[in-house]
Amino acid sequence: MNIHEYQAKEILKKFKIPVQDGFVLDDISEAENILSKVESELGSSQFVVKAQIHAGGRGKGGGVKFSPNKESAKENIQNILGMTLITPQTGEAGQKVRKVMVTEGIDIADEYYLAITLDRSTGQNVIMASTEGGVEIEEVAAATPEKIIRTWVDPSFGLKRFAALDMGIKLGFKGDLLKQFVKLLTNLYACYESTDASIVEINPLVVTEKDELIALDAKFNFDSNALYRQADILALRDEHEEDPTELEASKYHLNYIKLEGNVGCMVNGAGLAMGTMDIIKLRGGNPANFLDVGGGANVETVKNGFKIILSDENVKAVLINIFGGIVRCDRVANGIIEAVKELDLNVPVVVRLAGTNADIAKELLNNSGVSIIAAESLSEAADKVVEAATVGVS
Amino acid sequence: MAILVDKNSRIIVQGITGSEGSFHAQQCLDYGQNVVGGVTPGKGGQEVLEPKVPVFDTVYEAVEKVNANVSLIFVPPAFAADAIMEAADAGIETIVCITEGIPVKDMTYVESYLKTKPNSRLIGPNCPGLLTPEGAKVGIMPGFIAQKGNVGVISKSGTLTYEAVHQLCAEGLGQTTCVGIGGDPIIGTKMAELLEMFENDSETKAIVMIGEIGGSMEIEAAQYAKENISKPIIGFIAGQTAPPGRRMGHAGAIVSGEDESAAAKMKIMRECGIHVVDSPADIGRTVKEQIG
Repeated sequence: MNIHEYQAKEILKKFKIPVQDGFVLDDISEAENILSKVESELGSSQFVVKAQIHAGGRGKGGGVKFSPNKESAKENIQNILGMTLITPQTGEAGQKVRKVMVTEGIDIADEYYLAITLDRSTGQNVIMASTEGGVEIEEVAAATPEKIIRTWVDPSFGLKRFAALDMGIKLGFKGDLLKQFVKLLTNLYACYESTDASIVEINPLVVTEKDELIALDAKFNFDSNALYRQADILALRDEHEEDPTELEASKYHLNYIKLEGNVGCMVNGAGLAMGTMDIIKLRGGNPANFLDVGGGANVETVKNGFKIILSDENVKAVLINIFGGIVRCDRVANGIIEAVKELDLNVPVVVRLAGTNADIAKELLNNSGVSIIAAESLSEAADKVVEAATVGVS
Repeated sequence: MAILVDKNSRIIVQGITGSEGSFHAQQCLDYGQNVVGGVTPGKGGQEVLEPKVPVFDTVYEAVEKVNANVSLIFVPPAFAADAIMEAADAGIETIVCITEGIPVKDMTYVESYLKTKPNSRLIGPNCPGLLTPEGAKVGIMPGFIAQKGNVGVISKSGTLTYEAVHQLCAEGLGQTTCVGIGGDPIIGTKMAELLEMFENDSETKAIVMIGEIGGSMEIEAAQYAKENISKPIIGFIAGQTAPPGRRMGHAGAIVSGEDESAAAKMKIMRECGIHVVDSPADIGRTVKEQIG
């Protein structure tokens, strides 16, 4: 789960990490009041207006504007609030800006990068830092990998002071700034641990002209498996930032991701679902979606799956590929029969059922009178659905 | 021969009184597995399944009373990490955790805890477990889809494993052991370790290795195989068509410095001598070509 910058900064503040502070508004009528608050409470007569969307690259898309005075800030708020912001991470459709954060202006002397995440290959947390802050860290990793410093932390021991100190020294901090860095990193690690974050990233972490270390921007990603015990974090979820169909699917406990093609897929298990998409592509088709109906495929899940798939107007044919282990194919077949009758489908449906009770399922489908295209193997199913989708569009 | 478990394994099921736990414990028992008991804290003294097996309050008790050496875990996600560590502390040799949805942080603690328990091996979590056709079933893989033979199967994914096994059987090729290792960021036993076990298993003649996008485990396994494995390996990576996705932070992508896409993994696997198939429908046929 992702959150907005202003929410990330609230969390950092709770962990005593200094941030470039500000206030959030979602209506232009609050602009005057918010700007006065930045002036009076934060003591800044310069402003930064920042679009609050989850995707990164906001500055590149024109969603972050420095404003030397109130008039310019107000104009920037007016322009950004409500705009559809397109960044390298939003896709072509962009994302509507519903909230804007107005922050204090900061005189920046130097920019750094600091992040904590899990290193899957060691099973430990890894802290990554660089003197090359404020730019795309992938570019730094590609061009000058030696400029990224890494420290691994065994979670059972936690981050030790000496390791934080060593990292600060490697980044070139001295004197009071080094002390500030050790404190900040220690607090950031505690924050990462206690919020069940999967990534926390401060980019840039800046040194101001007054030699203060401040987080200018921050991103979090949280482990969805742990949300059951992170009620405060879960409350920060912004459903506007999620694809409406994917959101709808999640309410039915279906794992759906929309893609660009015209062959709808309904599969049990994420690996087989990806494999099914792969073979559709290899046979000359183009998958319209990823849909994993999970281990409990029954009449309801199949019906809901159809509804979700067919809400995408590009879909010209649907492939149902179920390998029943725990899932019983006869139940899936009943789901398909009911769904096809009830939903008045106008696209061809290819069905491949294998595993538990597959023979009974085939009989049910054959005797049902509903119009489906049966397939025995994965290979045959892929060929048939690609053909059906092609015939459908011509 | 087979790897990890056999007919003599003495299995307990942690979470045996839950609906998933009791259903699958019965399935394992029906397959001929030696299920010697179960553990549910607070329900010690009960008897479950048919024929009856005893329920204990702790794994320690189960080890002491029925001499268990393998544990199959169906405990809910909030308590599963604790259940794994309890099993390891009680001296269980092979721990198979089926539970899906364990918080990653909990698994990082399990990972460091298990380093202090060198005699215990974890399979999973979030996996279908182990199946040795006609030998042992410790997990949720349906026994009837598999048949005894000479192919070892290692897979990150559940139903894709069934698909591969189905294709192997259609080619007349049985399996030594099928191992579902789980797709979570942190798992107990990785691909390279299983390659080593299959290499040392005299009955295994070829190995199927099924991976997915994300992480660098397949690459580590491929590099290991290049130096250490003499048997043919047939590989598939699911997710060639998966979109890069709308990522948020950037840190994840630069941790390993490796490209985690399907294409990058397939390229390195091929360079290491693995027979990589583009289509998941070609797994069985390709194994047949290698050892047919």
